[in-house]
Amino acid sequence: MKTNRTPFVIRFFAATGCKGWLAIGFFSLLTFVLVPAAHLMLPADHALHVSDYAVTLIGKVMCYAIVAVAMDLIWGFAGILSLGHGLFFALGGYAFGMYLMRSIGLDGVYKSHLTDFMVFLDWKEYPWYWTGTEHFLYAVFLVLVIPASLAFVFGYFAFRSRIKGVYFAIISQALTFAFMLLFFRNATGFGGNNGFTDFKRILGYSITAPEMRVTLFALSAFMLMFTLILGRYLMQSKFGRILTAIRDAEMRVMFLGYNPLWYKLFIWTVSAMLCAIAGALYVPQVGIINPSEMSTANSIEIAIWTAVGGRGTLVGPVIGAFLVNLSKSWFTVAFPEYWLFFLGLLFVVVTLLLPQGMVGLWQKLRHRSMR
Amino acid sequence: MSDTSVNMAHGMGENLSEPIKNNSILQLSNITVSFDGFRALNDLTLTFQVNELRCIIGPNGAGKTTMMDVITGKTRADSGTVFFNQTIDLSNLSEPEIARVGIGRKFQKPTIFENHTVFENLELAMKVDKRVRHSLFAVVDDLTRDRISDTLRLIHLGEHTEQVAGRLSHGQKQWLEIGMLLMQEPQLLLLDEPVAGMTDDETERTGELFNSLKGKQSLVVVEHDMAFVEQLKSNVIVLHEGSVLCEGDLATVQANPKVIEVYLGR
Repeated sequence: MKTNRTPFVIRFFAATGCKGWLAIGFFSLLTFVLVPAAHLMLPADHALHVSDYAVTLIGKVMCYAIVAVAMDLIWGFAGILSLGHGLFFALGGYAFGMYLMRSIGLDGVYKSHLTDFMVFLDWKEYPWYWTGTEHFLYAVFLVLVIPASLAFVFGYFAFRSRIKGVYFAIISQALTFAFMLLFFRNATGFGGNNGFTDFKRILGYSITAPEMRVTLFALSAFMLMFTLILGRYLMQSKFGRILTAIRDAEMRVMFLGYNPLWYKLFIWTVSAMLCAIAGALYVPQVGIINPSEMSTANSIEIAIWTAVGGRGTLVGPVIGAFLVNLSKSWFTVAFPEYWLFFLGLLFVVVTLLLPQGMVGLWQKLRHRSMR
Repeated sequence: MSDTSVNMAHGMGENLSEPIKNNSILQLSNITVSFDGFRALNDLTLTFQVNELRCIIGPNGAGKTTMMDVITGKTRADSGTVFFNQTIDLSNLSEPEIARVGIGRKFQKPTIFENHTVFENLELAMKVDKRVRHSLFAVVDDLTRDRISDTLRLIHLGEHTEQVAGRLSHGQKQWLEIGMLLMQEPQLLLLDEPVAGMTDDETERTGELFNSLKGKQSLVVVEHDMAFVEQLKSNVIVLHEGSVLCEGDLATVQANPKVIEVYLGR
């Protein structure tokens, strides 16, 4: 059998075409060189200086963009709407947050080796599941494994029972809600409704230092680009074609001999893992994680970013995440009480008039101007 | 054609209740399926021989589609057994497993991947490892390309290779689905109204295709189009109220008073 044996690594990166790599090159220059330089080297009163606020905001939105792309993989390509992505994001944040809490050391309010909330609850030692969380690499391991394992188990039972559509969305939301209630309890050992905050350092470096801010910013950018490259490979592979086939005609896929369970479960778990990584990058940048990250509104917002940008397009969700979140940070200052109305309106307008989101609109306009 | 004559020797109006010892590809025994008290299949017993082409006809509600559902694992029988290749008990297998042991099914309404190209539709159907791990790293190799171009010739879609399948005409979609089944290299092909919505010309060419498959693959065709059934010159089974009413060549069946009463006479 004659086969074309291009090494996998090359195929993996070649999936992102020339235009994609050009965009990635440009984005790398911006996020690895220009923004860090403008933030660190230019004086605060310089016209091109990028402020603390801007670096943190963009860094945060890039984490959201990773989540939006992860949502697109499962919703746009596999046709499974999840309203539980806020959970995986929050769990990733909590897993890394445990390390951040341990790194506070004796600098907490109570000068104890325990976290402040544990002292406050009069606990004498760390619960067993906090064991080892003072090690950075173990925390990274938890980020990668815990949310993905939960997703795997939940997905296995849901997909095996052939739960689809709105039913899947509802039970994924129910799971998220249950976890939110669990995390609100002080006894759960994750700081109750205050969650984790007052972080001091990562790997010994101050978390408020500009260099740290820029590092986290660049890491978020790197992760976002990696997510897009991975997404592009997956979606142009045979795996991706089968996934969209499951979305369009699951019955036919089954009668061709594929078991949709494993296909859905794979992309679902990958998607959850990406959310968890995004959450872990998000928490040190915003300096807090609490159970409100698992609220219903958060998971719905993730779906809105993806829908606004354009489902099934990879770059669309990134645009959607930026557009919605940047307008959110402007709106909530200018008209704080109207933001949710605006968000709802945006969702209705996009659903009714722009089923393909912003990317679809752009394609339509370009198509029209070319004629 | 010698296989069919064996069956015809059983005569009309009789169920083939005795399991055929040697060469059966599919053996349904005493299958009963009820939906809310309605018996869609009623003690149905049928045997299909290796490399035989058989047509199944019957009025609406006779149980033709339910029979296909039972064979392919979409519906579970309340009682009775289905054996494939005499040893494989299909009642324990899921739909994908049944597809992998070698049964291909065409649905009544063409079921293809509308957003994929014709080429991709055939690629996904090809008989290869269907597990996730394989699909993640698979490349379209020369073997795949050759198989696909052979199939494209058979189904007359060579000029539409890169076209999105949703834009094909109805008849072309039917052909594409048949092509996908051929890519699966099944031992047994179940075809539910394969020429519905085709032009006369397309129907005739489909008949030629099926006739060319005779003797290479086992085919079971459910059809309403009598001209098409006649073209296939095969043994015909008439289903009625979930069991076999009679069996024989088309002319004999059409002359049967019971058949005329329940079906053709109306």
